[in-house]
Amino acid sequence: MSLSMSRLSLFAAALAAALGMAGSAFAQSTVYIPAILELSGAGAVSGTNFRDGMLLAIDEINAKGGVLGRKIDTPLLDTQSDAGISRAQLQKVLDNNPYVVLGPVFSGSVLVDMALTQQAEIPEIVGGEAAAITQKNDPYVFRTSFGQQFSMPKIANYIRDGVKAKTVAILWVNNDFGKGGRDNFIKEMAARDIKVVADVSTESGQADFSADVVKIKGANADAIFVYLNEEESARFLREAKKQGVTAPLIGETTLLGQKVIDLAQGAAEGVRGHVGLTVDAPIPAVQQFADRFKKRFNYACDHNGIKGYTAVYIIKHVTEKMGKFDGKLFAQTLHGMTITPQDEPGVLMEVSFDNNGDLDRESFLGEVVNGKQKIVAVLPKIGK
Amino acid sequence: MASLIQLLVSGLATGAIYALIAVGFTLLWQTSQTINFAQGEFVMLPAFFVLAAVNFGTPFWLAALIGIAVSVVILGLLFKLIVVDPMLRYGVLPLVISTIALSLLLKESAKDFYSSQAQPFPALVPATDIHVLGAVISTQSLAVLAVAIATVAMLHFVLNKTRLGRSMQATAQNPTLARILGIPVQRMVLYTFLINAALVAIASILISPIYLAKFTNGETLGMAAFLAAIIGGFNQVRGAILGGLILGVLDNLSAAYLSSQYRAAFPLLILIVVILFRPQGLLGRVEERTV
Amino acid sequence: MNRLGIAAIAIGVLVAVVAPFLLKPFGIYLISMWAVLTVAAIGLNLTLGYAGQVSLAQGAFVGIGAYTVALLTQAGYPFALAFVAAGLLCFIIGWLLGYPALRVQHHYLAFVTLAFTTLVFLLLRNEQWLTNGIYGINGIARPIFFGWSSVKPLNFYFFCLTALAVLSFATWWMLRSPWGRAFVALRENPVRAASIGVDTRRYTLMAFAIGSSLGGLAGALYAPLVQFIEPGSFALNLSFNLLLMVIVGGSGYFFGPFVGALIAVLLPEWMRVAEGYYLIVYAALIMVMMAFCPSGLLGLAERLLKPVARRGRLEPILRAKEAAQ
Repeated sequence: MSLSMSRLSLFAAALAAALGMAGSAFAQSTVYIPAILELSGAGAVSGTNFRDGMLLAIDEINAKGGVLGRKIDTPLLDTQSDAGISRAQLQKVLDNNPYVVLGPVFSGSVLVDMALTQQAEIPEIVGGEAAAITQKNDPYVFRTSFGQQFSMPKIANYIRDGVKAKTVAILWVNNDFGKGGRDNFIKEMAARDIKVVADVSTESGQADFSADVVKIKGANADAIFVYLNEEESARFLREAKKQGVTAPLIGETTLLGQKVIDLAQGAAEGVRGHVGLTVDAPIPAVQQFADRFKKRFNYACDHNGIKGYTAVYIIKHVTEKMGKFDGKLFAQTLHGMTITPQDEPGVLMEVSFDNNGDLDRESFLGEVVNGKQKIVAVLPKIGK
Repeated sequence: MASLIQLLVSGLATGAIYALIAVGFTLLWQTSQTINFAQGEFVMLPAFFVLAAVNFGTPFWLAALIGIAVSVVILGLLFKLIVVDPMLRYGVLPLVISTIALSLLLKESAKDFYSSQAQPFPALVPATDIHVLGAVISTQSLAVLAVAIATVAMLHFVLNKTRLGRSMQATAQNPTLARILGIPVQRMVLYTFLINAALVAIASILISPIYLAKFTNGETLGMAAFLAAIIGGFNQVRGAILGGLILGVLDNLSAAYLSSQYRAAFPLLILIVVILFRPQGLLGRVEERTV
Repeated sequence: MNRLGIAAIAIGVLVAVVAPFLLKPFGIYLISMWAVLTVAAIGLNLTLGYAGQVSLAQGAFVGIGAYTVALLTQAGYPFALAFVAAGLLCFIIGWLLGYPALRVQHHYLAFVTLAFTTLVFLLLRNEQWLTNGIYGINGIARPIFFGWSSVKPLNFYFFCLTALAVLSFATWWMLRSPWGRAFVALRENPVRAASIGVDTRRYTLMAFAIGSSLGGLAGALYAPLVQFIEPGSFALNLSFNLLLMVIVGGSGYFFGPFVGALIAVLLPEWMRVAEGYYLIVYAALIMVMMAFCPSGLLGLAERLLKPVARRGRLEPILRAKEAAQ
């Protein structure tokens, strides 16, 4: 009997440790900025890119002494691409009084976590692009890339003015990223009197696009808007080339990325579109970042890597401006702030935040020429 | 009309892949009552073995052979010795759980030890397009079809025309009787595991140029294997082949002509209908129940 | 039930009631999740452990229950009504699904239920007019009963714990009844049970329907716990996880689900010391466990504590199988 009692108490102690009973005293020489990201599951590619961009920034900053003399301490927590787990992980970090929270990337998880960080009055810098994120009157959430309500109008303008299409077909991936983009896109098309003649949904991880290309060919649209994740974009482009699709293929950031161009093996020639955030931008700071990233992690990062990198530098800049670590003041300070690369090289491009947490940056129109992304035009920030 | 032919042709090409994966799955079930929920990951993994070998500088053809050899050892021999054998005597369910855990293990290992990004994979044949009857098919897909047919024909030959093959079939149908007749049952069972490992490795090398090597590939492929095997007939190799082809074509047709949001539902509904009304599948034999 | 067992249960109840006062909100959230998952696992244990039917549909039933509660409470109906509706709806759907599905054998049932779960996921995702589709339902409120609010983590935990206690007592009582004994007979040998006049189909169907209903009730608790639901949370992954819980805890043992759910909730947390590789370690541990104690942790415990004659339910069957081979 006594043996099982001591076994039980050992179990209880381990249980207690796991459930966070052990006190968490963080040394005053570090600042606690946890990251809650999709490191496994459907969002693993986005989450791991964001993480690596983040880690690069943190190492650079810590090597120079940290922020206001304190090194950044960023434990990584995996949401497993599930909103429920994401909420649990956030609760765990909130128990330890973070300064700012980074992530998640998936919009569903962002929406759940936002409610908690707002309650706790902790700023959260997220990677999600769904429009809803900045429509909830939450003063503590900040984006790292355009919301879909800003990127879609830019694409729509390009389709109307640049491509001069009167009818369009849309191909989208059926997750909250793809559906959100599609819903916003359809709205923008309606506002510009452009008819959507085919609305084709595809599954995440889909490999066979022959049926979708058949449908799109049959619709005979003036332009085809493709809103898929990376591998699926490459597979679709190859199938489209194979079946001889002639209408212009228009994309948003992903479709014109170097990764997709490489994977598509020649099928991406002639693809055009809007590029929000890309390592291929003709900006020296971005190019240098891309090189440092590639050297350290051995792969070319996607736009999520840039999001993670710039997020950390934004935190550094705002904190240094305030001169202290105050989460509430952080949120107030960042609203309406513009950060230039002169002030803070780590942001790579000039960025402005509005009172909803949306950001405004330059973006680009691009085209794939000879296996490389060529920037055709630079679109200025929406607000000057 | 051209589009219908295109759908059929593409569907058969995809279906050939499913068939190849389903055949091994069926063999394992027949001979050792193993429902391998990790079959999809078994197809995902060999591509990474090959890529790792290529990264070390070996020429592709050699890397492919190395990949197949490594798969046979790990996914065939080790799988049987470490995972299946200790658990067979406990019945089907613990083994099912174990293969579910194994699929998670393989998936996360590929992601953590290689990459979470999709990797381009060298093709066996250069990707050119052939026009036939108004439809376009890539040479890669034709190669897949050809290899799949050849593999299955060879398997059929071995299983039915050689002594070894007939012993394996006997083991599948009635292990006790086979043992009495002097057939080394355990060795026969081992052979099916090795054959399955070889089949999935070949499938992996064939499809990765098209699908790109990615750690999540196993999810859809595994599901396709189950569907194909059951629809075609769980206890007949021919059934698995037919099931795979039907599944590929069905998937394409339903995506093109029915709702694209529900494209995945159609094969599932067919599965339910088949299980309820003809559980042995289209070509299968009715299974006897042990009392 | 012997003294050691009663002592273990008493300690368990004590820990369950006292622990939350010593934990931070994250810890409280975890044990609330444990309580909710245990309800679902109890349901699956009924279907699998007692009635011997391999079901991969439990995740879908949790989803149906969760959406029922989310939609009804956001439309203004009281939580109690939504809770009952969730259980009832899942009972009916379970019955309708089971009626044709249980005619087929075990491995086929696994695939039918697998297909069912994926179909439910597709419905939840595509029918945006009803479920808000892929975006999910956000801001689900926690219930208030006669002025007592369950909004705070501690209160909500006790609400879940009470629900768990009531439902497990109801299950225990049902298993003790003549009906319950028929369930056990079913698992051990369906043909023999039929030969002594047990209407196997009826009982199997009941077990499946009740198990599904418990899944729905678990979903009814899940929705206000996480306060956000999306279709992806209720797909095959959840069904597999619940299956894992029941098996690891000990299929067919009454407290198996409690243990299994605890492991499922705690193990990933403990494993986080393995940094990024914790899922690999978790999967490997499951496989090792299956190789060495497939009758689950409670089966292992039983084997260690009762070395002589009286063994658990699975043992005689396992031995008989061994002898036959």
